[in-house]
Amino acid sequence: MGSHGPIIACFSGLASLLKFRLAATSNADGAKFPEGLKRELMPKHVAIIMDGNRRWAKNRGLPVQLGHKAGEEVMKRIAVKCSELGVKVLTVFAFSTENWVRPQEEVGFLMKLFEQVIQTDFNDFIRHDMQISIIGDKSRLPKSLQSLITTAEESSKSNKGMRLFIALNYSGRYDITQATKKIASKVRDGILSAQDIDEGTFDQHLETSKIDFPNPDLLIRTSGELRLSNFMLWQIAYTELLFVEKLFPEFNEGDLLEALRSFQRRQRRYGGTQVY
Amino acid sequence: MDKRNGNKASQLCEDLCTFIRRCILSVLTVGPVPRHIAFIMDGNRRYAKNRNLEDGAGHKLGYVALMNMLKYCYELDVKYVTIYAFSIENFKRRPEEVQSTMQLIKEKIEGMLREESLFNQYGVRVYFVGNLKLLSESVKLSAEKAMEATTHNSKVVLLVCIAYTSTDEILHAVEESCREKRAEFRKGMENSESLITVTDIEKHMYMADVPNPDVIIRTSGETRLSNFLLWQSAYTLLCSPSILWPEIGFRHLVRAVLDYQRNFAYLEQKQKQS
Repeated sequence: MGSHGPIIACFSGLASLLKFRLAATSNADGAKFPEGLKRELMPKHVAIIMDGNRRWAKNRGLPVQLGHKAGEEVMKRIAVKCSELGVKVLTVFAFSTENWVRPQEEVGFLMKLFEQVIQTDFNDFIRHDMQISIIGDKSRLPKSLQSLITTAEESSKSNKGMRLFIALNYSGRYDITQATKKIASKVRDGILSAQDIDEGTFDQHLETSKIDFPNPDLLIRTSGELRLSNFMLWQIAYTELLFVEKLFPEFNEGDLLEALRSFQRRQRRYGGTQVY
Repeated sequence: MDKRNGNKASQLCEDLCTFIRRCILSVLTVGPVPRHIAFIMDGNRRYAKNRNLEDGAGHKLGYVALMNMLKYCYELDVKYVTIYAFSIENFKRRPEEVQSTMQLIKEKIEGMLREESLFNQYGVRVYFVGNLKLLSESVKLSAEKAMEATTHNSKVVLLVCIAYTSTDEILHAVEESCREKRAEFRKGMENSESLITVTDIEKHMYMADVPNPDVIIRTSGETRLSNFLLWQSAYTLLCSPSILWPEIGFRHLVRAVLDYQRNFAYLEQKQKQS
């Protein structure tokens, strides 16, 4: 036993050296890539239901508006982090078609907050080469917000980085209905016939059309609520759903990395038997 | 003598379990009970593989688990139960597996048709929901016969999603809505401003006459819908216990109902606040 000691020590020393060199190599390649995450298994499209701003504020005895502000800060950081990690599309649920029933004061504040985000924070996004699009029924938004949106979308149109979709006055049923209306017009005008309507046709008329990865691979919902709340419905047919207990203003980069690790551990079969 | 005693003991055990279950149910029903529960019965094959059982054994055990769950739902006074029996995507599996699953489904449908079956005893009305044209003629015929045979039942509605995907259901509804609107337009009835609405799409869904599910339970720990009830699940509570489908039991249903009741209270409070 004693005589093997030095040999074993030698081998384990060599092994450590090798491991160190290999680690160094992979670090050099993917310089900032976090541990436990594989670049090739990164979800192409991540969607987030940013829930819990109000509860966060109420828990601290703060006005609801501060909860939304805190949530906005988190959203910015998460968007930048996703962009750095190579996510191709990020969709965030900022305002649902059903949120109009909230107190007028809060809705008014939110509309102002969105304007402010577009005027100031969007510059950060554009610096990261993000392409920004607002999905949802924009016609109901204040005119001032609508024109800011148009400007933001125009100015980021030719960017080549991550696609950032902000869902404003959006819902899954709204999206399916508006796609149906467009298709119905085409059927009425003889451009399309009813039997030509297939899944591909439908995909092309949704608000997430014309991009490479319209369907989220991963949907994260914060605040522990276990439901979709009428967010994307068609697009999430095979999406991995991840429900996180934390309220959105508490969701940090570490939580995002943990969510991505959890995603990478899952097996996706799409109804067949192969493990993708 | 021993065998008789053995039978008596197991009967006593079963009666005791039923009694305990009834007690738990009577406590549960003090609070709101989901009107419609949907199940994604995932994990049959993994269960069989883990125990080195033959091909198809997992699905057979899964069927037993399903019958138990139906019984508990009936006792809980749940009005609608939907199950995801066979997705259009499942046709991509190995032909032998597709065939044996279809054979099992056909056998079970024929079981439903026999008078002493559970279905008539418990007043279960069965609907087969999906693109039934994709089924083989014999399975389709059995399904149609079963729907007809249980028409008079009215205690519980069981919706069996077979050759189903939600995107197919939505497309079908969209197609029908377009056809309807085109016909109206031709007759000069259509108001050009009011094209299709949410109501038009909903009324053409296969599940148009059924309220949206309150709870969807997917076993085997996977948290995704796999193209099941996408439209209808907009506000549904999603439960994903880690057990495989053949392992599901009464306690998992109790857990789901308790989660539903907790969320119900929160949702009501939220609605009052806004």
